Amino acid sequence: MVSPIDTHAAYLNPILSVHRHNANDLLQILIKAQEHYGYIHSDAIDHLSSQLQLPRSKIEGVAGFYSFIYLQPQGCYRVLFSDNITDRMLGNMDLMESLCSQLWVEPGKISEDGLLSVNTTSCTGLCDQGPAMQVNNIAINRLSQSRVNAICELIRERVPLSAWPVEFFAIEDNIRRPDVLLDSQFKSGSALHALLQHGTVETLQQIKTSKLRGRGGAGFSTGMKWEFCREAEGEQHYVVCNADEGEPGTFKDRVLLNGYADMVFEGMTLCARIIGAKKGFLYLRGEYRYLLEHLQAVLQHRRHQNLLGNNILGNSDFNFDIVIHLGAGAYICGEESALIESLEGKRGTPRNRPPFPVTHGYLNQPTVVNNVETFAASCLISLHGGEWYAAIGTDTSSGTKILSVSGDCERPGLYEYPFGVTVAQVLTDCGAVNTQAVQISGPSGVCIAPDEFNRCIAFEDIPTAGAFMVFDQSRDMFEVARNFVHFFKHESCGFCTPCRVGTSLLSNMMDKLSAGHGSPYDFAEIEKLNVLLQSTSHCGLGHSACNPVLNTIAKFRPAYDKRLAHKDFVPAFDLDVALSQARQMTGRDDTGAHLERSHESK
Amino acid sequence: MSQSNTFTLDGKTIPYNEGQTIIQAAMAAGVYIPHLCFNPEFKPHGSCKLCTVKANGRQTASCTQHPAPGMVVESDTIEINDERRALLQMLFVEGNHFCPSCEKSGNCQLQATAYEMKMMSPHFDQFFPDRMLDASHPEYLLDFNRCILCSLCVRASRDVDGKNVFALSGRGIKSHLIVNAKSGRLADTDFSGDDKAAHVCPVGVILKKRVGFTIPIGQRSFDEQPISATPHPQGACPVGPRSNTATLPPHPTVKGG
Repeated sequence: MVSPIDTHAAYLNPILSVHRHNANDLLQILIKAQEHYGYIHSDAIDHLSSQLQLPRSKIEGVAGFYSFIYLQPQGCYRVLFSDNITDRMLGNMDLMESLCSQLWVEPGKISEDGLLSVNTTSCTGLCDQGPAMQVNNIAINRLSQSRVNAICELIRERVPLSAWPVEFFAIEDNIRRPDVLLDSQFKSGSALHALLQHGTVETLQQIKTSKLRGRGGAGFSTGMKWEFCREAEGEQHYVVCNADEGEPGTFKDRVLLNGYADMVFEGMTLCARIIGAKKGFLYLRGEYRYLLEHLQAVLQHRRHQNLLGNNILGNSDFNFDIVIHLGAGAYICGEESALIESLEGKRGTPRNRPPFPVTHGYLNQPTVVNNVETFAASCLISLHGGEWYAAIGTDTSSGTKILSVSGDCERPGLYEYPFGVTVAQVLTDCGAVNTQAVQISGPSGVCIAPDEFNRCIAFEDIPTAGAFMVFDQSRDMFEVARNFVHFFKHESCGFCTPCRVGTSLLSNMMDKLSAGHGSPYDFAEIEKLNVLLQSTSHCGLGHSACNPVLNTIAKFRPAYDKRLAHKDFVPAFDLDVALSQARQMTGRDDTGAHLERSHESK
Repeated sequence: MSQSNTFTLDGKTIPYNEGQTIIQAAMAAGVYIPHLCFNPEFKPHGSCKLCTVKANGRQTASCTQHPAPGMVVESDTIEINDERRALLQMLFVEGNHFCPSCEKSGNCQLQATAYEMKMMSPHFDQFFPDRMLDASHPEYLLDFNRCILCSLCVRASRDVDGKNVFALSGRGIKSHLIVNAKSGRLADTDFSGDDKAAHVCPVGVILKKRVGFTIPIGQRSFDEQPISATPHPQGACPVGPRSNTATLPPHPTVKGG
């Protein structure tokens, strides 16, 4: 007879050996282990605990942090509807309701036969081809009523995911306006050849001359980051590519990884040569799991070409390889220190900084963390020189920026522009009409009204990680802000008090306004909450969590005013609602069981 | 003491040693900065944010921020205390804190700090979360209703006891304390009343059974003097089951025992 623990050892041991029983790979091990049952079995934790010499509490603590790791049984088909505002605008809620009613399941629950579980998830990065969903972590785009009907049928017939129609999984690149990067016709190895020809010192100088700044949004000088890391002392140096593209409305890295992976990996290799790293990581968000095999193939091809591995291009002192780590549904891991924690197999909680990753990063060693687009851009600089790159864009924002355009426009997709392009220009190019607002750089960015459309995309005006969501006059900007606030509540890591509790309070206030119980008093409360979160939160998530509301209150006040049933104070506590439980228990719903006031308003 | 290793805290000159953070130096100088997740015996964590100060005009957690020579630090100001009060109110509404019926009342740092910051109401709407009680252990009770996620028990169990009895799981507002047992019950862990972790909870989560009211309410640590006048309420004295001394204020949980 096979004991329960042996059952688990059978599939866990091969995973453990691949990861050499390294506890730093805990998250990767959990992601793979979960594929067996669709969740992490309690007995499996016993085995992992003994094999990795980690306490159960630590394993459960890590597993419990990530949205895509489950400690309870899930349906055979785990269906997650992407719930960005762009998905909402394309009708994802109706489609989810349709799927749920066809398959007799409630959102957030598992069907009684265990066949499927359905829920929503944060933006999956398919805003230009939504509404989107994930089934067992694999992305499906362009949901329509007919596609949902077909999916219901496939699930009912228990057709394995691998046998579903391929067009469901045909994720498009939608490159609408290429510029120097997207149009580069990059030849793998060319940037490395240029580096080896010019030397690391000269190439680093070129990166500095180019004035390239990080494309993840913060805009730190790439040359300085690489130089600090190169000069930092440590046993090992590491290169990390941040492909945890979680900001709702952003999807450029998905396209870069799909069509330009060679360039991204080569940029990482340039960095490795300059800072003296032997190992690199690509941290791929769990939502892009479907890209994993493709990326592994590109890595393998580069090894065959001697562009990765030992003695790269014949240089005995040039050894570097890249490992792909998957995320598991945690937006906060896009913050570089949280990402490093996650790479180390921990809960993705941002670290106290300083020290910064350039001196104390992965395993406390000097580490460069850069965005996907930054690494790709560094190849262009190695090839064409710093001055060439610096001449593109504006004085303080050199080069180009790739925008992920979605929402109310004719041609959603990727638009690459030299920095300095106006919002109006982008709107014209993407075919947006009657535009009411543009949300730039996602929920944590800014909401722009028409009188600001002459402003520029640039670090000195509107900095952005790439998201560009368009809303026409038919949209309710209150609902946009409410969607974003719910997002922050869901994605707060929970480490610090102000963000953990504040994002929930804000979300409750927006729901209260939505239910018609708000008053001007709530605006003042939101303002106070914003000051508190700005000044006391641990990281950028808390700092920016109130932005969507403050921006829309300032610019789209009528959307809020129309929800105020009362212009003065209204208590949040509704006596009649409070009686509903008593009514339910007594089976009463007559006049006497209601408070007079709310009865009259019926 | 040279000028190079002092900073000013609300105008008072505070000396510091290399490696000390602002709150550590302030405590050594006998100046109180409100805090909950900080305990001088453990590596600073920086999560509760109660100890936020303005250092050279920038707000930062004083438990993790190192001072610089001549740094100007503001702590006891109307603006910062208003923020601290709001953070306390957040902690109160997030959990289920019913001081009048709590056996930790008078020995509770959350309650005492709220008094210190003159918190008169919870202000925000209560969340009333549904949280469990774990009475499985013969000697100790866990009342998760009061957890403020300071992780002191996690750090104590991991770093001092070498046991990892406690850990945090979940994320965001669903973050919660778990114990190291398949059953999820404290009785099935190797927890012991002699553990450091049994004596570091600043609130009323980890409670020794049958001694809750040995010291009547009204005669407890913070009934006698406010938390600001109680030096190092959670740690300066060697903490342990039998660590009472005449000169140092007793540990809140110890006093009950």
